[in-house]
Amino acid sequence: MEYNPPPLFRQGLSALVKVVVFSLFALCLLLLDSRTHILFVIREVVSTVLYPLEQAALSPRQAWRAVDGHFTSVVQLEKEILRLESEAIKNAVVLDQVRQLAMENAQLRSLLGASQHLPVKSIVAEILYDAKDPYTRKIIIDRGAKEGVVLGQAVVDEQGVLGQVTRVLPLVSEVTLLTDKDQLIPVMVERTGLRAVVHGRGQSNILDVRFVGLDADIVNGDFLVTSGIDGVYPAGLRVAQIVRVEKKSQDMFSLVWCRLLAGVNRHRQVLVLFPLTSLSGGVKK
Amino acid sequence: MNRGDPILLPVNLWFIVLSLCFAFFWNLLPWGGRYGIPDVLALVLVFWNVHQPRKVSIGVAFLMGILVDVHHASLLGENALAYTLLSYFAITLHRRILWFSTWAQAFHIGLLILMMRCVQALVHIMLDGRGMSGWILLEVVLSVLLWPLLSWILQAPQRRVIDRDDTRPL
Repeated sequence: MEYNPPPLFRQGLSALVKVVVFSLFALCLLLLDSRTHILFVIREVVSTVLYPLEQAALSPRQAWRAVDGHFTSVVQLEKEILRLESEAIKNAVVLDQVRQLAMENAQLRSLLGASQHLPVKSIVAEILYDAKDPYTRKIIIDRGAKEGVVLGQAVVDEQGVLGQVTRVLPLVSEVTLLTDKDQLIPVMVERTGLRAVVHGRGQSNILDVRFVGLDADIVNGDFLVTSGIDGVYPAGLRVAQIVRVEKKSQDMFSLVWCRLLAGVNRHRQVLVLFPLTSLSGGVKK
Repeated sequence: MNRGDPILLPVNLWFIVLSLCFAFFWNLLPWGGRYGIPDVLALVLVFWNVHQPRKVSIGVAFLMGILVDVHHASLLGENALAYTLLSYFAITLHRRILWFSTWAQAFHIGLLILMMRCVQALVHIMLDGRGMSGWILLEVVLSVLLWPLLSWILQAPQRRVIDRDDTRPL
């Protein structure tokens, strides 16, 4: 029982009126947001306001990771250092070879009169959290417009290409992963140079490889790398590995499935690559 | 009604605000896209809609929906619409639902949460072509189980007694 008597005459708007007004408003926002980009101001403002709260919400996990890392044993640390040193040595050799090849490439290109490859710039970002929507595969990283992130940039981790930046807010950015249903990436089979397109399926980390002819030379275990012809993703980055090839004679194309290589260790850092050419036009969300 | 209502203290507005903030904070935690985590913000909204429909009404639900939309990178208005409809049905039911026992109330709340997720799925099917996930049922079951506890916690400040003495400590 309440002590305050209910207001007998001034009841305010009835619930039915309110729900109709707010529902129509929400539907308008939905239509505007799914078809156009007008509402980005609201998103930017709310995101900036929520940023300190989000950081506060992530702090227990950061604290746990700091404590967990602090209690690693000396033996584990030594093993890790040894492993990293041997990897660094191997990578140094490969890097020298790559530098050599790049110089040769530049010389050959200038001989042929072809344009030069531009070097790729990148910044390191950390994954803050996964967007909870079960219908899209998005992650939020902690670099935003303030750090120069631009719509459409490729995001990679140490295993391969992870996805593309699909929304830039002042302090954070949203990255749609390649496993999302609407994401496409042009690829090339590393072994043979055959070009195809990889399409996300929205579930797990299995992707569809499209436009592979029935007579194509492609087998399980082949690696797919970016072909670079879209100007968004630099060429040669690993994307996925083929896990299933089926050639049915009644279709025009083979059924090929591949497994995304990136994104296995979600707590790692990611690299945001600056595009080779300036991105113009709309990027599919 | 079985035992008769205890006499409750009036609700403190700051407690409502605080409970909504904590519930929103739960949504901000990095669950990592796991399915089936109960939406505590929706439950707390329903609780206040049922118990204090004049203080917490549909506008609050709409605003919280917008905040959740921006945080979760979903379409702006998707969660807002879902919370608005949830809030409307909770307010429509608010007189009847309090006559039920806590577990029967929880069953009603489970149906409301299921309706809310179906509305979200419908929005997606119409705008994006994406379907519905079966993990909604797990979330509904967890929400049903969580409701009695939440109901007890949120009404606890109102069950305090004004004057304490040796025979009535709390």
